[in-house]
Amino acid sequence: MSEALVATQAPEAPASGASGARQFWRRLRAQRAATVAAGIVALLVLVALAAPLLTALEGQDPTTYHPSLIDSARGGVPIGSLGGLSGDHWLGVEPQTGRDLFARLVYGARVSLGVAFAATVIQVLLGLAVGVAAALGGGWIDQLLSRITDIFVALPLMIMALALLAIVPQSFPRPVLVTLVIGFIAWGNIAKIVRAQTLTLKGLDYVAAARLSGWGAWHIARRELLPGLAAPVITYASILIPVNISAEAALSFLGVGVKPPTPSWGQMLTAADVWYQAAPQYLLLPAGALFVTVLAMTVLGDGVRTALDPRAASRLGVGAGRGRVARTAKEESA
Amino acid sequence: MTGFGGFLLRRTIGTLATLLAISVIVYVVFYVTPGNVAQITCGPRCSPEQVHQVALQLHLDDPLYVRYWHFLQGLVVGQDYSTGTSVEHCSAPCLGLSYQTDQQVLGIILTRLPVSLSLVFGAMVLWLVLGVGTGVLSAWRRGRLTERVLTALTLAGWATPVFVIGLVLMIVVCGELQLLPFPQYVKLTDDPEQWAWNLLLPWLSLALIEAASFARLTRASMLETLAEDHIRTFRAYGVGEGAIVGRHALRGALAPVIALNANNFGSAVGGAVLTETLFGLPGLGQELVHAVSVVDLPVVVGMVLVIGFFVVLANAVADVLYAVADRRVVLT
Repeated sequence: MSEALVATQAPEAPASGASGARQFWRRLRAQRAATVAAGIVALLVLVALAAPLLTALEGQDPTTYHPSLIDSARGGVPIGSLGGLSGDHWLGVEPQTGRDLFARLVYGARVSLGVAFAATVIQVLLGLAVGVAAALGGGWIDQLLSRITDIFVALPLMIMALALLAIVPQSFPRPVLVTLVIGFIAWGNIAKIVRAQTLTLKGLDYVAAARLSGWGAWHIARRELLPGLAAPVITYASILIPVNISAEAALSFLGVGVKPPTPSWGQMLTAADVWYQAAPQYLLLPAGALFVTVLAMTVLGDGVRTALDPRAASRLGVGAGRGRVARTAKEESA
Repeated sequence: MTGFGGFLLRRTIGTLATLLAISVIVYVVFYVTPGNVAQITCGPRCSPEQVHQVALQLHLDDPLYVRYWHFLQGLVVGQDYSTGTSVEHCSAPCLGLSYQTDQQVLGIILTRLPVSLSLVFGAMVLWLVLGVGTGVLSAWRRGRLTERVLTALTLAGWATPVFVIGLVLMIVVCGELQLLPFPQYVKLTDDPEQWAWNLLLPWLSLALIEAASFARLTRASMLETLAEDHIRTFRAYGVGEGAIVGRHALRGALAPVIALNANNFGSAVGGAVLTETLFGLPGLGQELVHAVSVVDLPVVVGMVLVIGFFVVLANAVADVLYAVADRRVVLT
């Protein structure tokens, strides 16, 4: 990524921990779209966490085959209309296997969110470690780490992940593997942002004061720099989560990501172009789930960015609704 | 060295160094495989002797650095391969032979490359026009209904994975409405019209996603430029709003668009893999998915390197264009 693009969105550090967090929530709630998105995300997380409960309520599980519900004479189409929709199977069953669709959908949320969140954590930790080390180390350390970062920025995630996922033995748990692959390939941009921000912070007086007081590099990194890095890192992480959700879905769609019997939304779409004529939900459910999740995460990410950006937030005004924002923007342009 | 020439030279050296580093990483990662490549290549019914024979033939018993050195040699001066009965010469730049078919990897890539280039560059034209157009329009009509609709559409495009858009387009346009036949690749040199019609849906699927990020960036960047002093001066001189938005503000917004185009090239290539697989286009992506499924390592490594080459090249070109487009950029 070009430095110029990164630099434009490096907000200042919040004043202090507690009031900074409170201010952040106030600014986030001031945005209606972001508030709705946050609600949807919370609901999705809840569904993912409560997946065993929800499926117990239905009386099904995501992996049991139901051959009795499948018409093998017609190539594995579920018996009955709408994909075998019934009181026992709320959303019908999968073609060929007869696995319960509702159960696979809610367990799919676990995989989708779990992989995306965990991969983002890896990316953030790696980016923080490499970015801070490069900025504080300086000299040849900075040179070396920056070159390595450049290489990882240049590696196309899908291509590398596709190739890597295929050569690791199938016995390795796939969701963990997908997480590791995404996390360890796509951390370059966040390292660049962290390095740039650390270099800025390093020049500030309070960091120099800590240095002169004789604190070591570790203490300075942890106590003086990390709070200042929080805003850009959280902002970028909130952009990464939906990207990671799409990546997992794409890899599973291609058949190299999460594999059956573990359900994943991307994987559920693999044969959708064949089966959608039997019942539209084979296409609509996983596609809709992916769309809503990525959309909610993206809108929430935008809201987080606005809430953490002092320039945007001052325009937003605390408690201001959408109309106020639009009017201010119009006044500016008039 | 200073000036533009020096900048170009440093960029070229840096790009070559990055490519070399990528080749080392890719080579090491893929050839330190836990699986038994010789067994897989030979097939499940091979005897241990046959497997050993294959391992010898593929030089799988040599230390890794020796094999990498041979690989580099092949790239620079070419390489001779014994295929058991005859010796095949693979001239530079040689990426090795396929474990499966004994074909030259470069040859496989070159036959597939036109398909992928058709897809990516056609889609690129589309996403730049759509994305920048949407961004300009929504910056111009800011605060109006047009902007809200465009913003919502952009967000929807942004949030839909490329294979979902492709899948829905294919099912609706080809399956339900039967407006177009299911895409089949036709060579540009054979029939340009059929080439374009068959690529229309793949282009759209790839372009709609990418266009969304360009629309967002163009809009933000235009709004920023529109708030600058020189634009106010233009307004004071009575320059029309259309000319201000279309000519002056757009110029200021162009540099970040160029940068993003290169930056997104990698993700677009990833999207192209999905699009090719989905629509059954015989491009690099489809071959990569196939090579991966049969663990044909020379093809996988060659493919990743060639794609990496294009991505790194796109980044380097963008850096140069960026410097040309925006004179404020300091050349380092």
